[in-house]
Amino acid sequence: MLRSVALWLEERLHLTKLFEATAGHKVPPSTNSWFYVFGSGTLLCFVLQIITGICLALVYVPSASEAWPSLQYLNHQQFLGAFLRAVHNWGSIFMVAIMSLHLVQTFLFGAYKYPRELTWVSGCVLFLCTLGMAFTGQVLRFDQDAYWGLGIGASIMGRVPFIGAQLVHLMLAGSIIAGATLSRFFTLHVFVVPGMIIALLSLHLRLVLTKGINEYPKPGYMVTKESYEKEYEETIKKTGVPFVPNVIGKDLIFSAFLVVAIVTCALVFGPAGPSGPPNPTLIHTAPKPDFYFLPVYAILALLPAYMETFLLLLAPVIGLAVLILLPFYSGTGEKSFRKRPVAVVVVMLAVLTAGILAYLGTFAPWSPHMDAWSGAPTPVTYVKGRTGLELQGALLIQGKQCRNCHSLGGVGGKRGPALDTVATRLTRDEMIRQVIQGSGNMPAYGKNLSPGEVTALVAFMETLRPSYQPPARDATESVRLVQADPPVRR
Amino acid sequence: MIEQDCKCGRPVSRRNALLKLGAGLNALAGLLIGVPVLGYVVSAFSKRSPQSWVSLSSLNRFPEGETRLAVFRNPVTKSWDGDTDEIPCWVRRVEAESFQVFAINCTHLGCPVRWFQQSRLFMCPCHGGVFYEDGSHASGPPPRGLFEYPHKVEGGELKILGGNLPTLSEPL
Repeated sequence: MLRSVALWLEERLHLTKLFEATAGHKVPPSTNSWFYVFGSGTLLCFVLQIITGICLALVYVPSASEAWPSLQYLNHQQFLGAFLRAVHNWGSIFMVAIMSLHLVQTFLFGAYKYPRELTWVSGCVLFLCTLGMAFTGQVLRFDQDAYWGLGIGASIMGRVPFIGAQLVHLMLAGSIIAGATLSRFFTLHVFVVPGMIIALLSLHLRLVLTKGINEYPKPGYMVTKESYEKEYEETIKKTGVPFVPNVIGKDLIFSAFLVVAIVTCALVFGPAGPSGPPNPTLIHTAPKPDFYFLPVYAILALLPAYMETFLLLLAPVIGLAVLILLPFYSGTGEKSFRKRPVAVVVVMLAVLTAGILAYLGTFAPWSPHMDAWSGAPTPVTYVKGRTGLELQGALLIQGKQCRNCHSLGGVGGKRGPALDTVATRLTRDEMIRQVIQGSGNMPAYGKNLSPGEVTALVAFMETLRPSYQPPARDATESVRLVQADPPVRR
Repeated sequence: MIEQDCKCGRPVSRRNALLKLGAGLNALAGLLIGVPVLGYVVSAFSKRSPQSWVSLSSLNRFPEGETRLAVFRNPVTKSWDGDTDEIPCWVRRVEAESFQVFAINCTHLGCPVRWFQQSRLFMCPCHGGVFYEDGSHASGPPPRGLFEYPHKVEGGELKILGGNLPTLSEPL
């Protein structure tokens, strides 16, 4: 009975032929490797995102006035709503992470070389689309971070010469961040970008079938346009094995682990946000992007102001061009990373740079700690046994918000240097000048402090040094003493 | 029915002509849909919403020599905007009828700056930009001082020209 149904379907759908041309296509046996599981892993994440995304869209309301309450409803009232939100969030984090691994692996294995240029290019665009999904998804979580995140996006757009203002209007669908903006990002996140991803993914997979999967590269083997395809075909003919069932095992195991990891993270850490409601008048907020954009957030604080606009607008374009055009200027020759030291160094540098910037971004040492002046008390040891004048200075350090940028006893802002040992670095005169005139990253306080207040402040700061270290000394002091008291001439 | 096309030497058949006609009609149909769709999508690209004068509140809400947070409703709203129409700004009353009204957005990347009365500074929580009480740049990455709304005093009320998110290319 079952057999006859199968045969009936086969007769109409030609399933065997379809299988041989797709899942059962022959691949080089060398690709049966744990390094080849990241592509299918990314695909799995994408499918998971579609399923959970559709579920969330059943409840979510894409309206500026209702989005936030509907997220609260999902978190607290909808059965399993919080869990699905968490899976969607962790699915996106894993998708970006696994996709990055896929990119690094194909780069190091020379998979972008002839004749797989288009596979690489479509993959790069897919990577961009995925980051686009990450950003637009962050906006749909329409909370304070999303609101000010849109402000940051608009500010970047506003730096584009000539058409900056128009681009801002196009992005926001109006002159301010409001209801129309959210509708716009909902459309992008739910229709436009997923549609592009599905189209590009079809192309990407079609290319994997037509041009074959990259063999595990042998060090010393050179790719040439004349011989490569012929040799690849021969390998397939001689030793090729069907992807299903011979090679898919490792993909299946990795994918299963991936699902377990995503669900575990979702259960342990729960959904992300929403943070406070998207009300612009609630200004006591410190907006921060999701983790994939932390490196960007960090670099925007650390770049010198004069090259900021240039790097913000041009560096991504140049970087992307270098990445996407890679197979066109490095399309033949050695594939194995064992013989491509520059490629290995590039990957290491890129990972280190992104990692360090993301690490810095998580605690943002460049941001003032807005509550330190009123919330972080002066350490007791710094006020013990001080004179009245010095204590007055200690009060000023708190009251004038110095602590927002300067820490004492490890607590407070990190924007400026810690003040615990300031007296070993600056003399009294230097402190007065620094407080009154400011410099570099410090505002000038000359207008906001009376001469008496400056005296008190500096008197306190002069006590800030360990007892075993001498205070900073003016190196010109001895010379001046000599000049003031010249030797008598006879 | 086959005639010789004298220009390219290819036979002009009925099928060939129908194909050309069909393709042409479809190109026309494409334009009929495509142009309005494109116009609809990019309409925001060029359209600038009209700015208009909005009242912040009566003058006596702002003590002389002080800086206070004020909130106004954006002149253009939609009923589904929620709270996003409520736009905050900083009002500094220098003296009597001399005011400065600053946008809440940092000139670096648009985060909301906070006023610190004691040190008379605006600080930004995102990348550490700092501005003096007159809005000028004090330190950090911002490329210029705070954005200032055009304002006027009318009938005992402070009014500003609102309606735009300020950016470097369109600073109010």
